[in-house]
Amino acid sequence: MMQQPIEPGPAEPFVSPHPYATQRALERRAKQTADGARRETLLYLDGVTKSFDGFKAINKLSLVLQKGEMRAIIGPNGAGKTTMMDIITGKTKPDSGEVFFRGDVDLTRHDEAAIASLGIGRKFQKPTVFESLDVDENLRLSLAGSRSVFSALRHKRTVEEAAKIEAILATTRLTDKRHRLAADLSHGQKQWLEIGMLLAQDPELLLVDEPVAGMTDAETAETARLLREIAETRSVVVVEHDMHFVRELGVKVTCLHEGSVLSEGTLDHVSADPRVVEVYLGR
Amino acid sequence: MILARFLGPRVWLLVAALLAAAVLVPLSNLWLPADHPLHVPSHIVPLLGKYVCYALLALALDLVWGHVGILSLGHGAFFALGGYAMGMYLMRQIGPRGVYGNPVLPDFMVFLNWGELPWFWHGFDQFWFAALMVVLVPGLLAFVFGWFAFRSRVTGVYLSIITQALTYALLLAFFRNDMGFGGNNGLTDFKDILGFPIQAGTTRAALFAASCVALALGVLLVGAVTRSKLGSLMTAVRDAESRTRFIGWRPEYVKLFAFTVSAVMAGIAGALYVPQVGIINPGEFAPVNSIEVVVWAAIGGRGTILGPVVGALLVASSKSYFTAVAPDTWLFVLGGLFVFVTLFLPRGIIGTIDHGWTGWRERLKASRAAERGAGAPPAAPPQSPGDLPSPAE
Ligand SMILES: Nc1ncnc2c1ncn2[C@@H]1O[C@H](COP(=O)(O)OP(=O)(O)OP(=O)(O)O)[C@@H](O)[C@H]1O
Ligand SMILES: [Mg+2]
Repeated sequence: MMQQPIEPGPAEPFVSPHPYATQRALERRAKQTADGARRETLLYLDGVTKSFDGFKAINKLSLVLQKGEMRAIIGPNGAGKTTMMDIITGKTKPDSGEVFFRGDVDLTRHDEAAIASLGIGRKFQKPTVFESLDVDENLRLSLAGSRSVFSALRHKRTVEEAAKIEAILATTRLTDKRHRLAADLSHGQKQWLEIGMLLAQDPELLLVDEPVAGMTDAETAETARLLREIAETRSVVVVEHDMHFVRELGVKVTCLHEGSVLSEGTLDHVSADPRVVEVYLGR
Repeated sequence: MILARFLGPRVWLLVAALLAAAVLVPLSNLWLPADHPLHVPSHIVPLLGKYVCYALLALALDLVWGHVGILSLGHGAFFALGGYAMGMYLMRQIGPRGVYGNPVLPDFMVFLNWGELPWFWHGFDQFWFAALMVVLVPGLLAFVFGWFAFRSRVTGVYLSIITQALTYALLLAFFRNDMGFGGNNGLTDFKDILGFPIQAGTTRAALFAASCVALALGVLLVGAVTRSKLGSLMTAVRDAESRTRFIGWRPEYVKLFAFTVSAVMAGIAGALYVPQVGIINPGEFAPVNSIEVVVWAAIGGRGTILGPVVGALLVASSKSYFTAVAPDTWLFVLGGLFVFVTLFLPRGIIGTIDHGWTGWRERLKASRAAERGAGAPPAAPPQSPGDLPSPAE
């Protein structure tokens, strides 16, 4: 079976007399360069596709997040923003494409719990906290540490643990609610508790899906401040419809549409993009 | 004591009550004259013991249902397996005193013309071995079953259905004579246990006491597990299973742990039950038995520790009463009770009391605060989301 050898690059003429060996060597080199570029990234999605009953929710999506970067993702309803997070966190397996974390961890090979332990935390679109547990216990369960059943059985509360929880309670302004059941919190407070749970997990990458939905203007501003603070030490991906909020974050914006990237850049650049204007107005 | 604070007064009161019963009932039965008003008649002792075993079974079920949210409709199977393991020991104790006088083979095997003891009957002449099997067989079955069911993420009504299928399959299997467990007659005609005659008043009193102690230990175990961090995790799995995965937990292992521990508890309950009722037969695997356990826990109040115990004692004793007074009415009474509780006391008896109690205390606190705050500016600011303190604070 003869295959067309790939043309050697001008910088390094290739010597092997055997065309197949040449091709293999060049492929390996090409892969190494690609891997090298990937290695520096925190999150790397390439050509990811996922369809539900023939409907492509995610369509050849490519997205790269650098270490320490905060990124805002916008896009109309059904653009695939939540599905993208599902794929990154292992809830949904993509049909094809590459999903890498820290350059070389293939996320498609791990399940939700493993991915969470790798250092990816997630806040859901619909705030999901453990309603019959109090705020304190919600945070305690989220704290980084052993995830084995038997260590949970033997677990004893420590001073460090209490201090961490105290700090998170202060950051999320829930100190006086610590012994309230999560079910009794207001919508906005549940959103904050979920962000607190994310912090307790101490992840390297936070995926935050619509954190200010249902919040007042004051709370929205406060949340933006909190996320900017978090982004100083971690990487964050925020999905949000609220343009005012996105502007307050002041970070690079990616606009998704029909499962792929429509436009990327500063908020001004993206919102001036005629294609973005069209998908937002054309509906 | 740290443990006392850790487990809470409720658990300790229950344990104390059980230990008191373990001492007082045998004392009253054995030492009080028969005409004394506090005398417990001899035929009542094993009946009470039976209820205590049911309570342990209900507690076991509630560990998985009330605390982890797994509605098992097959817990009767673990109970029956524990019972069979004990039954096999008791059969081997009969020795040459059987009708056919065979020193090794139980009567039903002689009747079936079996030449020798099947391999799985070996070792059951030793109590320690039988006791090990009481724990191991239900535990192992639950572990293997749970391993496959929970790891393939079978949940909700599908899980309930396959647990029901499990107990039904075992029912059919144990009905067969060639299974080697006595077919539909099961195992009976026991003579003695650990060398003591099984019918003797002292033996029955001891068995009753042992059942109370086992239930007390079960209560302590469930109390300790549910109060630990694992207990919080169980609640989390019950409320939002998939959410626990995204903070790194594996709910399947939490379920597997609870399910296995629960099956072992059910097996022990079954093992204590058999010598007190004097028989174990495949009827114990009947799907309706497992459903009855669910009804006990529901009526008592699931997830409350005390609830399933109270529910089992209450329902099982009413069953004895109604089946004696008006045998045809029992199923209607049970059905009616269940409908009443689901409609009017969805938290069960204990759950409703607890809820009413905390609600009442909160109202009391609120009204006291209002009294104190009268005239002064309102004590608690309204809970509007806009009330977040400024970052400078
Ligand atoms: N499990 C699923 N089964 C079938 N269709 C799905 C599933 N999950 C998502 N979809 C579809 O995929 C598309 C993308 O959904 P997704 O939730 O990712 O959008 P989104 O960008 O988060 O929208 P929104 O802004 O409304 O949250 C939608 O049309 C949705 O109906
Ligand atoms: Mg969404």
